Amino acid sequence: MSGNHIQVQNVNKVFQSADRNVIALQDINLSIPQGQFVCLLGPSGCGKSTLLNAIAGFSLPTSGSITTDSKVVTAPGPDRGMVFQEYALFPWMTVEKNIAFGLEIKGVAANEIATRVDALLHKLGLYDFRQRFPKDLSGGMRQRVAIARVLALDSPILLMDEPFGALDALTRRNLQDELLRIWSELGKTVIFVTHSIEEALYLADRIVVMTYRPGTVKRDMLVTLPRLRDPASADFNTLKRELGLLVMEEQQRHHDQEMIAAAVD
Amino acid sequence: MASANLRTRWRQIGSGLIVPIGLITVWQIVATMGWTNEHVLPSPWAVVLRWVAYLLPQTPYAEATNGWLAWAVSGELLVDAMGSMYRVVVGFLIGAGLALPLGLMMGASPRVYAWLNPLAQVLRPIPPIAYIPLAILWFGLGNPPAIFLIAIGAFFPVLINTISGVRQVDSIYIRAARNLGASQSTLFLRVMLPAAVPYILSGVRIGIGTAFIVVIVSEMIAVNNGLGFRILEAREYFWSDKIIAGMITIGMLGLAIDTAVNKLNNYLLRWHRGLEH
Repeated sequence: MSGNHIQVQNVNKVFQSADRNVIALQDINLSIPQGQFVCLLGPSGCGKSTLLNAIAGFSLPTSGSITTDSKVVTAPGPDRGMVFQEYALFPWMTVEKNIAFGLEIKGVAANEIATRVDALLHKLGLYDFRQRFPKDLSGGMRQRVAIARVLALDSPILLMDEPFGALDALTRRNLQDELLRIWSELGKTVIFVTHSIEEALYLADRIVVMTYRPGTVKRDMLVTLPRLRDPASADFNTLKRELGLLVMEEQQRHHDQEMIAAAVD
Repeated sequence: MASANLRTRWRQIGSGLIVPIGLITVWQIVATMGWTNEHVLPSPWAVVLRWVAYLLPQTPYAEATNGWLAWAVSGELLVDAMGSMYRVVVGFLIGAGLALPLGLMMGASPRVYAWLNPLAQVLRPIPPIAYIPLAILWFGLGNPPAIFLIAIGAFFPVLINTISGVRQVDSIYIRAARNLGASQSTLFLRVMLPAAVPYILSGVRIGIGTAFIVVIVSEMIAVNNGLGFRILEAREYFWSDKIIAGMITIGMLGLAIDTAVNKLNNYLLRWHRGLEH
C-alpha cells in the first residue's frame, strides 16, 4: 500500500486575537507517502507544531484540507497516535494502565489487552516498571511509556511533537535509536517536530524546513544518508551546515520581528 | 538505619510530650493548692476519674440484658460518641453525596455552571449555624435538624472544590485522551474525574471538619444526646470536670476522623506527585 498517505493541501491557519491576526500557516502543501519519516524543522513560532496539531485534528486549518488515506481530518483519532513533549501520561494510572487505556477504549478483550501490553512493555524495556506510577519514572522512561501507549493503538501514523526536547543528550540519543528501531520494524509513517537540526538529520528520510511567521515551507529535502547515521561523518556535517544556515535565517527573522514588536510597544 | 530512624521517632514523640506534661503538672499543682475553685477549674486527676466514669457502663453487669458486649458499650460516653458520629456520617454522606454530582456537572458544563453558580455563591457564605432556626422550624428537634445542618456544612466545601477540580483539569490530559479515541463519557469518567480527585478530596476534608463543628453546635441546641449535648448539660450541673472530659473526647474523636481521612487521602492519591506515603 504505497501512494500518498497523508495529503496536506493549501492549508492556511490564522489565529485571531482581539487586536491582530497571526498567520501561523500559509499555503502549506505536503504529500507524505506511507512509511516515510518526516521531520518538521524550524525555530519556535514557525508553525511546525500548529501543522502537527492540524494533522492530529486538535486544531483544524482555517482553509485547505488535510486527508489521511483519503479521509478528511476533522477530529483527533487513534489512527494518528500523538506523542507530546510533556509526555501527557495519566498520572493516576500505572504504566501498564496507561498503555492499556487506548485498547480499553477500543473495547479490545481483556486477555488480548494483557498480551499486547506485555509485548509492548518488553519491547520498550518497561516490564520491570509496569506497576509504577508516572511520578516515579525518569523523563526518558515516561516518554517510553508515551510511545508504548500510542504503539498499542497500532495506528499507521505517529505524530511526535518535540518528544525528546526535555531529555538530556544521552537519554535523547538512546530514545532516538529506539524510535528508529521501532520505525524500521513496524513501518509506520512518522511526522516528527523538532528544532534540533542534528536530531532531524539523524532521524528523517525527509526534512521540511519551515519559515518564521507566516509559516511556509522554506525547503523540502530528502535525506539519503545511509542508516544508521554517524553524526560525526563529513556528509552529515555538510548537510548540517546547509540546514543550519536555513534555520538560522528564520531564527534571525524571529529575533528581528520580536525586536520590532517590542519597539512598537 | 532502621534503628536510627526509630530513635529519632522516639525522640520526636518525647519532645512532643514535654510541654503537655509540664502544663498538666502546673494545672495539678494549682488545683491541689486550692488556688482555684474546683467548680471552675477541677484538677486534671478529677477530670481523668470523671472521664473513666463517663466511659464505663452506668449499671452493673446483669446476665439478663443483651449480652456482654452491649453492656460494655453502654457507657454514656460511648453512646454519646456514637450518636455524634452517626449524625456526622449520615449528614456528611447526604451533603457530599449531593455536592459531588452537582459539582461534576457544574464543572463540566458551562451552561449548568451559568445556571447554578450565582445561587451557590449567594448561599455559600451563610454559615450552617445560621440555618438553625429554620432547621428547627422545618424539622423539629432530634436527629433530622442536626443532620440537615451537617449536610449543609459538608455540601459547600465539597461542591466548590469539585467544581474547581473539574475546571482545572490540565488540557494536555484531555488532548491525549481524545487522541486515544476517548468518547465524552470515557473522557469524563476516566480522565476528568480522576484528575479532579485531589481537589475533591481536599473539599471532603474541609467538609468533614465543618460537619464535626456543626454536629457539636446542633447537639447543644436541638438534640438530647451526643457529645455537644453532654457538655452543655454538664454545665447546668456545674460539673466542670465532665465538661472538660467531654471536650477531650470531642478532640480525640476529631483527631481520629482527621487521621482516617488523611490515610484515605494518601491511599487514593498515591499516584500524586506532591505526596509521600
